[in-house]
Amino acid sequence: MEITIGAVVRGGTSLAYKTGSWRDQRPVLDMEECKVCGQCESVCPDSAVHVVEETYIINYDYCKGCGLCAYECPADAITMIREEK
Amino acid sequence: MSIVKVLEGSEAVALAVKACRPQVISAYPISPQTHIVEGIAKFVADGDLDSEYVRVDSEFSAASVISGASAAGSRAYTASSSQGLLLMSEVLYASCGMRLPFVITGVNRTVSAPISIQVDQQDTMSLRDCGMIQLFVESSQEAYDAHIAAFKIAEDPKIILPVMVCMDGWVLTHSYERISLSDQEDVDRFLPPFQPADFLDVDNPKTWGSIGEEDMVMELRYSVQQTMQYAKGRIKEIFAEWAEISGRDYGGLIESYRTDDAEVILLAMGSMTGTIKDAVDNLRSEGDKVGLVKIRSYRPFPYEEIWEAVKGAKAVAVVDANLSLGSEGAIGMDLKAKFYGAPNAPLVVDVIAGLGGRDVNESRIRKIVEEVKEAQVSGFFLREPYWAGLNPTIVP
Amino acid sequence: MTAKKDAQQEDLFVSGHRACHGCGMALSVRHILKATGKDVIVVTPTGCLETFTSPYGYSPWRVPWIHHLFENGPSIATGVAAALRAQKKNTTRVVGIGGDGSTFDIGFGALSGMLERGDDVLYICVDNGAYMNTGGQRSGATPLYAATSTHPAGKESVGKVEMKKNVPMIVAAHGIPYVATASVAYVKDLQKKVKRAMEFRGPRYIQVDTPCPSVWGFPSDHTLEVGRMGVQSGLIPLFEMEEGEITHVRKIKKQVPVEAYLRGQKRFRHLFGTEGEKEIAEIQALADKNIKKFGLLGKSKA
Repeated sequence: MEITIGAVVRGGTSLAYKTGSWRDQRPVLDMEECKVCGQCESVCPDSAVHVVEETYIINYDYCKGCGLCAYECPADAITMIREEK
Repeated sequence: MSIVKVLEGSEAVALAVKACRPQVISAYPISPQTHIVEGIAKFVADGDLDSEYVRVDSEFSAASVISGASAAGSRAYTASSSQGLLLMSEVLYASCGMRLPFVITGVNRTVSAPISIQVDQQDTMSLRDCGMIQLFVESSQEAYDAHIAAFKIAEDPKIILPVMVCMDGWVLTHSYERISLSDQEDVDRFLPPFQPADFLDVDNPKTWGSIGEEDMVMELRYSVQQTMQYAKGRIKEIFAEWAEISGRDYGGLIESYRTDDAEVILLAMGSMTGTIKDAVDNLRSEGDKVGLVKIRSYRPFPYEEIWEAVKGAKAVAVVDANLSLGSEGAIGMDLKAKFYGAPNAPLVVDVIAGLGGRDVNESRIRKIVEEVKEAQVSGFFLREPYWAGLNPTIVP
Repeated sequence: MTAKKDAQQEDLFVSGHRACHGCGMALSVRHILKATGKDVIVVTPTGCLETFTSPYGYSPWRVPWIHHLFENGPSIATGVAAALRAQKKNTTRVVGIGGDGSTFDIGFGALSGMLERGDDVLYICVDNGAYMNTGGQRSGATPLYAATSTHPAGKESVGKVEMKKNVPMIVAAHGIPYVATASVAYVKDLQKKVKRAMEFRGPRYIQVDTPCPSVWGFPSDHTLEVGRMGVQSGLIPLFEMEEGEITHVRKIKKQVPVEAYLRGQKRFRHLFGTEGEKEIAEIQALADKNIKKFGLLGKSKA
């Protein structure tokens, strides 16, 4: 590990820590029900939902499985299922 | 080139700070430093100093404002004393750890309780552990020059630590001396603008103040310790460079005064060293082989230089205007720690003097020398420090 | 702006931070930085936000960020702002984002100083009502009758008996250009308020209610629901003040009884046993008082 003078760190380096390992349930997106409203991306505290060319991708590297996207989805297009270890 | 003016010590410091062009200054009043920040306020109010002058709500904020300013890449300064310095201690530890350079004038004044505005070195002593460089001065002229050097020391790219210039309250800040003031061009030539390698920059976003786990704290502290070692050489060089420009030379980390063949050497810092020099001269004229080592850099502690100066003496009296209650004076402890085990080391007596403004005058200095001579006969081992000028009849 | 358009902006607060599942604070910060844009320096005092975003080597902050100490967020921000002025960097702004422990208690003096001096800092308090970083000890922001680890419910205790310190009003009394309260439950409203605050120079304050699933004790997917109930009950009035006058309130469409809000949180569980009716009624009275004072019920005139 490199320690800098005064322990000053580059920004954005948290991407190296995959918080997805914290999950015990995962969101599954049903694109047929999805209204492409962007609500899921807006409410994710971990920026783990992204719009990519009019569809949504959940970044399971970082998704902690909190369930906010599923709870807040107005179209009920997201279901939380138990994570398989 | 310099001009000479008769000035109050505080005014001399204010002029030194002005010449160094700090971009951010914070100010909170406390005797006996207030004249310094007031002097600077007048410069700003008259347009003679282009600085952001922030009148803060406490010394905690005073130290914090200059820490934030330094992190954002600005040269910064404040002054405090006593209770104010103690209040800043948390901030100073953090800024040393985060390597945020700035300069603080630590105007020495004792600490409550009892509340007293009189001088001793207890306040700055309580900050000796945090990683901040501490310089001490004998005169207001030396304070003027030390502040100019202090900015260069603090901002040295291999140091980047806060520097505190410690000067005795009232004795120096409120007395008048002939002060040689250097030209602005000389100061500008000596001290270029502050250009930190790292600073809060939207074009290169970085994170300051991270959590350090158990796999890195020791290494970070070691890194500051190494920096302090490196700083010893740089402090000498920087003062020498300034001496070349200003014509005023104080030596390096210490000044040795008539120590060459001295049998008893006093070791001290601050304005009392001036009085001790006079006492040394008088004692010498009576045949007494005494000398003085004046400490200029207290942190980093110049033990190698002190050893070279005192190793030939029979005894050293360390004059501490401070005390770690329950143990002894700080400089005494620093010295004995380094000298332990040295073959034929001089005997070291710790002397507590000058607490709460008790005058360190020639009569008391003479008694210190007598005490040291007596201790050489009766023994030093497990001995309590000698309290110079104590009035035992009124001890509660 | 639709949520979709919003979603396409580049994140200045990225993944990999160590906030708890469903953390209201983390979500707020994402939206705060969307609203400020990247020409900002962020100052955060010690607390949850600092701890979950700064294990050495793992920082989610894509803006320059400094954590110094617990009690000096506002004074560090003042120093940064002074440096920017000295360096004539006129477009870069300073944003303080700190928790309630720091803002309401230990850093309160520093905050007041900053406000009184008129320093150009937007200070945002992400308020989860306790010293959450250390496990949920009582702070000046803890609401009435909430249990905390230093003021737990028990045979001789119903939790906090003091009122929540009214920091937005105290801040407003300093005469600053802009004060607002917001909630993570309404992120578009939060963004709007941050953007509005950024239009002013001088000190500005926004207090954001950020529910904490871990310690308030509700499922991690309920964060926004709990936040909504807090607002819809009237307990957490959302308003804006400019130059000391209220300029806007967020109306409540349908008032939610406080009991519904309290029942869903473990920190109020002790009010639902054999005792607690009196306390719930007192909390309801607080909510009703807010509704009356701020005119929260009825249709929005906007």
